Amino acid sequence: MRKAPSSHLVTALTYGSALALCLTLAACGHKAVPPPPPPAPPPAAAPAPTVTLQADPTAVESGAASTLTWASTNATGVELNGTAVNLNGSQQVTPSQSTDYEVVAKNADGQTANASVRVTVTQPPPPPPPPAPVAKDLGTFEENVRDAFFDYDKSDIRPDAETLLQTDAQYLKANPDTNIQIIGHCDARGSAEYNLALGDRRAQAVKNYLVSQGIDASRITTTSVGKEQPFCTETTDDCYQLNRRGHFTKGN
Amino acid sequence: MKYYRILGCLLGLALALGAQDQTNIVITGQVKYNLALPLFHPGAGVPANVQSTFNQVLWNDLYQSAVVHLVGRSLYTAPTPAAESDLNNPALRSAWTAAPSSIQRLVFGALQLNNGGLVVDGFAYDVTQPPGAGRLLARRYANPDTLDGARSIAHHLADDIIAALGFGPGIASSQIAFISNRSGHQEVWTMDYDGHHQQRRTRLGSIAYSPRISPDGQTVAFMSSVSGQPQIKLLSLLTNRLLSFPTFRGMAVTPAWSPDGSKLAFAANMGGANLEIFTINANGSGLRRLTVSHGYDNLSPTWNPKPPPGSPGQIAFVSSRIGLPQIYTMNADGSNQQRVPLGGYAVSPSWSPNGLSLAFAWVRTGGGENSGAFDIYLWYFGDQKYVQLTHNGDRNDFPSWAPDNRHIVFESGPPYHTQLFTVAADGSVPTQLTSAGNNEMPNWSWH
Repeated sequence: MRKAPSSHLVTALTYGSALALCLTLAACGHKAVPPPPPPAPPPAAAPAPTVTLQADPTAVESGAASTLTWASTNATGVELNGTAVNLNGSQQVTPSQSTDYEVVAKNADGQTANASVRVTVTQPPPPPPPPAPVAKDLGTFEENVRDAFFDYDKSDIRPDAETLLQTDAQYLKANPDTNIQIIGHCDARGSAEYNLALGDRRAQAVKNYLVSQGIDASRITTTSVGKEQPFCTETTDDCYQLNRRGHFTKGN
Repeated sequence: MKYYRILGCLLGLALALGAQDQTNIVITGQVKYNLALPLFHPGAGVPANVQSTFNQVLWNDLYQSAVVHLVGRSLYTAPTPAAESDLNNPALRSAWTAAPSSIQRLVFGALQLNNGGLVVDGFAYDVTQPPGAGRLLARRYANPDTLDGARSIAHHLADDIIAALGFGPGIASSQIAFISNRSGHQEVWTMDYDGHHQQRRTRLGSIAYSPRISPDGQTVAFMSSVSGQPQIKLLSLLTNRLLSFPTFRGMAVTPAWSPDGSKLAFAANMGGANLEIFTINANGSGLRRLTVSHGYDNLSPTWNPKPPPGSPGQIAFVSSRIGLPQIYTMNADGSNQQRVPLGGYAVSPSWSPNGLSLAFAWVRTGGGENSGAFDIYLWYFGDQKYVQLTHNGDRNDFPSWAPDNRHIVFESGPPYHTQLFTVAADGSVPTQLTSAGNNEMPNWSWH
């Protein structure tokens, strides 16, 4: 911002025609420039493109495939989720989570049309809950409640994290007075604002998993620190993995 | 080669882009006035450090403007006018305009003490005009006789010169807000556009992100986790105190001021699973939801400062609705959501003051975990083309347009070791502004 004009006095001496002069002179100054090439006559407008997109089926179980089919007219290029594809075609997809697909058709004039479809992924029924633990206190919180780790740019609970979280759930069931906070962390490669959101999705995914294991949602709070407060700061795959996690602390 | 008039009359720049590869910027003979800036005449009693600060700051401001060719002082063979009347002598003008320096515009003036204050007379002339013509600027400035006083006068004179040459508004008096951890925690800081006067503005001792200066320059909206959850805070730059603003369930992040300063757009999950874009009046009333999502986030809004006439306003934002984050535009009522056709990993949009382009950060190829450079690009709505601005092989993010439509400030460096840089949109005058601590997320003021 500018500092307040009152912070110093500005007195015009005489500069009445300065602006008019400046415009004239600026024009003079530019006379030295070679004139730009004459514009090409506008080409005849290409007809507007259209595109349709369908998924069959639109809902699949995790691991099953759905077929995307698209058709375009008047297009010179078509992209499926940002990747160039044939003007008309089909493709099998096996999304691991519910995914929106978008095709964009473009004609020679750069006009675009788009269409989108969502393939919903239904998770298989959860495994039966493990037997109730017999021991009330299995040890300290830190010894028993282990963090869940994630893949790059993902907030899905991985199979290795499921195993850990089932153990965490047993401890939390045996210690019903212990509340927890789950803090979502990200590695430092993504953009910081986006990673703060990604960390929150990870923390919520961990919470949702524990709730599915029978832990009362009111015992769990979540937050995200994104790439801040990292567990390590090296630029190695091992360190990146350590920072992609839902981290447990004792809550209030 | 194909020529695109990208910044057109604003810049007088021609960028030559390879028709196949859009990633190289080449400056093809931009016409810049040859401008001479001899040292201002030192008045009796003006402290030497005040004189030298004034002359250095004015030189740097005109250099940073990137719209004039500042001819080095060692090439000046003509006498510096002691007074404006000296320019009535045709021989003096022709001495300046003669080869090899071939001066077209001459800035000169004098410093003096008056009632204990510093008074500066500044003049700008088109010396190619005959005697009696060519005056572009003649103005007197007064301020306390201090280094800051001299610095402030030099900035105002520089902006007046840029405007008188036909390239206004200048940026010499503009400010940049940013996040720095040099005090031990992330806090909101501000500085002059040239990196001077770096000042800490908050003492919250927590995570702080996304400072955004209001159009009137008096308030910074930003994100703080001081209360445990990320929430939007408003900070008065007049008092360095927080102003009242609502808190929301869950997290609320990435604020952005509307061009008239009456509203903020931001992203919040309201206790739900994913972030949506909302708008709200700056007084906390009139909350309105603009996006409806399932399992993905919408965040990092930026308003078009010059929306088309009759439109309800326009907002660009980031959404992960097709996987990796992409940039979308929509009307400020949530209608007409369109993806900017980029692919890869595209984040951190900043809309240019003239409304013609977005600056953004992009991992262009793949966007996966092993992909490479994170660079600043410009997207031009008119041509539907992008231009790459940084090529340093490092990690570059959070570009923010300057009010002159000619400069960008951004962060660059490895994670946790980023610094702030400015650069002109033609790639010239790259300048590092910070060095102490980790500095990130810069935001350039609107004026």
